[in-house]
Amino acid sequence: MVAHVSLTVNGKPREVDVEPRRLLVQLLREDLDLTGTHVGCDTSQCGACTVHVDGKAVKSCTMLAVQADGTTVTTIEGMATAEGLHPLQAAFWEHHGLQCGFCTPGMIMAAADLLARTTEPTDAEIRHAIEGNFCRCTGYQNIVTAIRAAAVVMRTGVAAPSGAVQGGM
Amino acid sequence: MIPAAFDYVRATSLDDALKRLATAGGGAKAIAGGQSLLPLMKLRLARPETLVDIGRLAELKGVHRLPDGRVAVGALTTYDEMLRDPILRHYGLLADAIPNIGDVQVRNRGTIGGSIAHADPASDMPAILLALDAEVVARSSRAERVIPITSFFEGAFASVLHDDELITEVRLPGGRDDVGSAYRAIEQPASGYSIAGVAAVVGAHDGTGWRYCAVGVTGVGDHPYRAAAVEKAVIGGESLAQAAAHATDGVTVASDIHADREYRTHVASVQVLRALEAAIARLG
Ligand SMILES: Cc1cc2nc3c(=O)[nH]c(=O)nc-3n(C[C@H](O)[C@H](O)[C@H](O)COP(=O)(O)OP(=O)(O)OC[C@H]3O[C@@H](n4cnc5c(N)ncnc54)[C@H](O)[C@@H]3O)c2cc1C
Ligand code: FES
Ligand code: FES
Repeated sequence: MVAHVSLTVNGKPREVDVEPRRLLVQLLREDLDLTGTHVGCDTSQCGACTVHVDGKAVKSCTMLAVQADGTTVTTIEGMATAEGLHPLQAAFWEHHGLQCGFCTPGMIMAAADLLARTTEPTDAEIRHAIEGNFCRCTGYQNIVTAIRAAAVVMRTGVAAPSGAVQGGM
Repeated sequence: MIPAAFDYVRATSLDDALKRLATAGGGAKAIAGGQSLLPLMKLRLARPETLVDIGRLAELKGVHRLPDGRVAVGALTTYDEMLRDPILRHYGLLADAIPNIGDVQVRNRGTIGGSIAHADPASDMPAILLALDAEVVARSSRAERVIPITSFFEGAFASVLHDDELITEVRLPGGRDDVGSAYRAIEQPASGYSIAGVAAVVGAHDGTGWRYCAVGVTGVGDHPYRAAAVEKAVIGGESLAQAAAHATDGVTVASDIHADREYRTHVASVQVLRALEAAIARLG
C-alpha cells in the first residue's frame, strides 16, 4: 500500500508517497534529505530525532509519516533564518552546549518547545524539559546554561555577556 | 527498526472507525498517539494488518463538565492537554503525576485513552483513575457500555475491552472540597516507569476519623489495583503507617531486575504512606 503525505516542512510544502510504515524521521532524512534530525536509539528513548509537529516537540522515530499528513513540521534546518542562527543555536555555540553534537538538534528542538511555553524558565524547568533528550558528552551543564542564555535573548532581544548566565544549578 | 507492513486508514468519524474495527475481525488496531503501539510495532511485538488512525477524531478530544457535575475527558486528550486544562488543574493527583509521565515529547502525543487501553502494568494513569473511581465509556458498532475502572484491568496488557471497541471518554467524579488527593511514585530511573506508583484520595473527616479513602497502585502487581486493605484500615481508624503496611495484601508482587519482590513490597508501602500524607496535607 502506498499513502500520499502532504505536509509543510520548514515553511515549504512537500508531497511524498510513502509506505504507511515509513516513520516521520525516515521521511525527513531519507526522502527530504534533512539529515540534521538524528536517529540515536530508534526506541523512543533518546530524543535525538525530536522535531516539531504543529509547534510541539515529538520524537520523529515514534510517529508515522502518514500521521504527519497535513501538519507543519519544523526541523533543526528550519531554525536559522536569513538573519542568522536561532538564539538557541547561537547560545549552544557561545556557551559550549555541545561536544560531539549528535544530540544537539534534538536538544534544541526540545528547548524550543520549552521556550514557547515559558519565557523565563528556571534551571529545574530546563532540566525537566530535556528529560527525554540524552547527551552522552557534555554532562548537561552547558546545555542548561545555553538554554538559559537563549531564553534571555529571546525575552530581551539582547545577548547577555557569557559570564552573566554561568553558574547556578 | 521498521514495523512490519500494514494497511493504513485514517478514520473520518468515530462511526467510521468502529465500522472498520468491526469488519476487520481482530486484524485491525486503532492508533492514537502511537507512543506505546509504535515502539511495539517497531520491535514487531505487534503486527496489525490494518492500522485505523483515530488521532484526528475531534469528537474524542477535550475535557468538559457533564450536567451532573462529573468531568468527561475525551479519549484522545493528550497528557499535555490535560496538564493545561483549567478543570483538571484542580485534581491534585493529576498535577502531581502528569508532569512526570514520560517526557515532553511523549506527553505531547500520548493520550489518556491509549494509556488505559494499553494496560501497561506500570503506567501511571490507571492508578489515578482507580483512586478517582473513574468510569470508562467504550463504544463498538454494536453498543456503548460504561465500565467502572475497578473492573477494567485484567492483567498485564490485558483489559476487558473488546477488539472492536474504542474508548470514547473517561469520566471523573466532580471535585469535592472535603477530600484531598495526591500521587507519589518511585520510578525506575532509566525508563521513568513506576516501580511503585500510588494515587490516594482521602478525606471526609467527621471529627473522629477519615470517612473516605481510595488508593490506586501501579507497577506492583500484574495490573494496577485498588489497595482495598489500606482503604479499610484508614477508614477503620488505624494510623496511616499501619494502614500503608497493607499496600500489597492479596497481591502477587512483581519481581524483576529493577526491583525484587521484597524491595518492591517495601517501597509500595512507603509510597502509599507518602501519598496518603500528601493527600491529607492538601486538605489544608
Ligand atoms: C519514552 C516513553 C516513556 C514513557 N513513560 C511513561 C511513564 O513514565 N508513565 C506512563 O504511564 N506511561 C509512559 N509511557 C507510555 C505512554 O503513557 C503511553 O504510550 C501513551 O499514553 C499511550 O497513548 P497513545 O495515544 O500514544 O496510544 P497508542 O500507542 O496509539 O495506543 C496504545 C494502545 O491503545 C490502543 N488504543 C489507543 N487509543 C484507544 C482508544 N481510544 N480506544 C481503544 N483502544 C485504544 C491502541 O490500539 C494500542 O493498542 C511512555 C512512553 C514512551 C514512549
Ligand atoms: S531516535 Fe527517536 S528517540 Fe532516540
Ligand atoms: S554533545 Fe555528544 S551527545 Fe550531546
